[in-house]
Amino acid sequence: MYEGAVQDLIDELGRLPGVGPKSAQRIAFHLLAADPVDVRRLVSALTEVKEKVRFCRICGNVSEQDDCRVCRDPRRDLTVICVVEEPKDVVAIEKTREFRGRYHVLGGAISPIEGVGPDDLRVRELMIRLQDGGVTELILATDPNLEGEATATYLARLVKPMGLRVTRLASGLPVGGDLEYADEVTLGRAFEGRRQVDV
Amino acid sequence: MYVSGLQLTDFRSWAEIDLELGRGPTALIGANGQGKTNLVEAIGYTATLASHRVAADAPMVRSGADRAVIRTRVERGGRQTLVELELNPGKANRARINRSPVPRAREVVGLLRTVLFAPEDLSLVRGDPSERRRFLDDLLVARAPRMAGVRADYERVLKQRNALLKTAFLAKRSGGGDMRTLDVWDAHLAQSGAELLAARLELVEAMAPHVESAYKEISNGQGETGLAYKCSLGDAMPDSSDREVLGAALLSELARVRPQEVERGVSLVGPHRDELVLTLSSAGTPLPVKGYASHGESWSVALALRLASYTLLRDDAPGTDGEPVLILDDVFAELDVGRRQRLAELVQGAEQVLVTAAVPDDVPEALVGGRYDVHDGTVTRVR
Repeated sequence: MYEGAVQDLIDELGRLPGVGPKSAQRIAFHLLAADPVDVRRLVSALTEVKEKVRFCRICGNVSEQDDCRVCRDPRRDLTVICVVEEPKDVVAIEKTREFRGRYHVLGGAISPIEGVGPDDLRVRELMIRLQDGGVTELILATDPNLEGEATATYLARLVKPMGLRVTRLASGLPVGGDLEYADEVTLGRAFEGRRQVDV
Repeated sequence: MYVSGLQLTDFRSWAEIDLELGRGPTALIGANGQGKTNLVEAIGYTATLASHRVAADAPMVRSGADRAVIRTRVERGGRQTLVELELNPGKANRARINRSPVPRAREVVGLLRTVLFAPEDLSLVRGDPSERRRFLDDLLVARAPRMAGVRADYERVLKQRNALLKTAFLAKRSGGGDMRTLDVWDAHLAQSGAELLAARLELVEAMAPHVESAYKEISNGQGETGLAYKCSLGDAMPDSSDREVLGAALLSELARVRPQEVERGVSLVGPHRDELVLTLSSAGTPLPVKGYASHGESWSVALALRLASYTLLRDDAPGTDGEPVLILDDVFAELDVGRRQRLAELVQGAEQVLVTAAVPDDVPEALVGGRYDVHDGTVTRVR
């Protein structure tokens, strides 16, 4: 145990995801030794993120204005919505530069163990967005784990009466990898989802 | 395949031991508490990454030590594989294959295959249905590693679904309740449940003749054992073991029992409620083994189950490459002379048999190929 402020800092850092007691201690002493200007910059970044950042009214992504950058962009295709769990998934998909539609961030996946049901996600907001009929395709890009799959199944069933095209991201082998290194489940999925080679 | 060398560091009672082993039968003899079982436990752990005695890794590390190391040299088809495992309680275990580290310890599963008989196996016959389900599922995974994923998926779906039912149960009492997502979990439960169920049915069918013949040989024709898979679907059980048919049956049964499930807050249908029924018949009347059979008979049925899994695993792979190492941990003390003799005859053809016993006379002559005496932290080769 360290004295007062140092220990408080270590405890606070230790509550962050992915930071254990050892790492927390290391960061704390790094900050102690750092230039006060650098520390002040970190402090203002922390305060700003809580003050300035809010969630996009339309898609729920993080944004500094009422609407996020994607939703403000007039070149975006308004007929396609891609549903993801977290804002970081938006960033991942944006990096591909393949998708030109808009997003909908749920804020998690259905998981009764953690007490998360459809009402705790932004499902109602999604239904409102779909109601005006402008959207023709819904891409379900939730994580390929049990909770993500369950959320995708739930949404697919929910929007079925609306008669729009519902698609799910494919599961399978990573590009540029070796077949031999794939685990059995992934390889099994890839077999199930195999497709005909057109020549 | 066979184990040609075992080296332990801080594993159980062994601070350091280096043991050379050979093909054929080998007996490890020593008084109680000398560490015979610890040696075979280490070999079993290398094969499955689980101990047959404890669920957690911590008891396997010698008290006072931080970690335990198991080095097992496996000979298979003229090639040598060195499997090294480092047990770090509370942290991730590390593994190396032929001196090169592998990303996950799980990678070593399947390099060595063992079938282990131990006194704990009596619970296969006398214990809860969950013991028999685990026996079936472990064997499924040993035969097809892919099943580990199916099993894990099913357990996860079940947990989620039960959590939902429990909250629904509580919410119902306070009015309301969120049942909209239950359909989704039903679908996932039926899907992975059908896959697990189909695999178990196929396994039981393949195993039944082996269990029956093994029991007949051990008991010298006294009584017959039978096994049947009793599914929680009950009368709704389809004749087919096709995955889609089973999935549809599970789904409709789930819909039927839903009111009770919501009432009780648990999932009532699925492979987690199934049972492997073992029967023993003398003079034509089959009686359940649990509750009716004597100690020796129960033990013989457990042995028959293990022998059948040995036969299945052996027949899966052509030649002796895939032949599992047989480990008989303290099994002879429980059997009469005739049964001992016949068990010895059944297993002596195996590529490698490791036997532990407290009294040398317990081990039938046929199984004393190499003999080691285990005493006071040393292992000496006697012959």
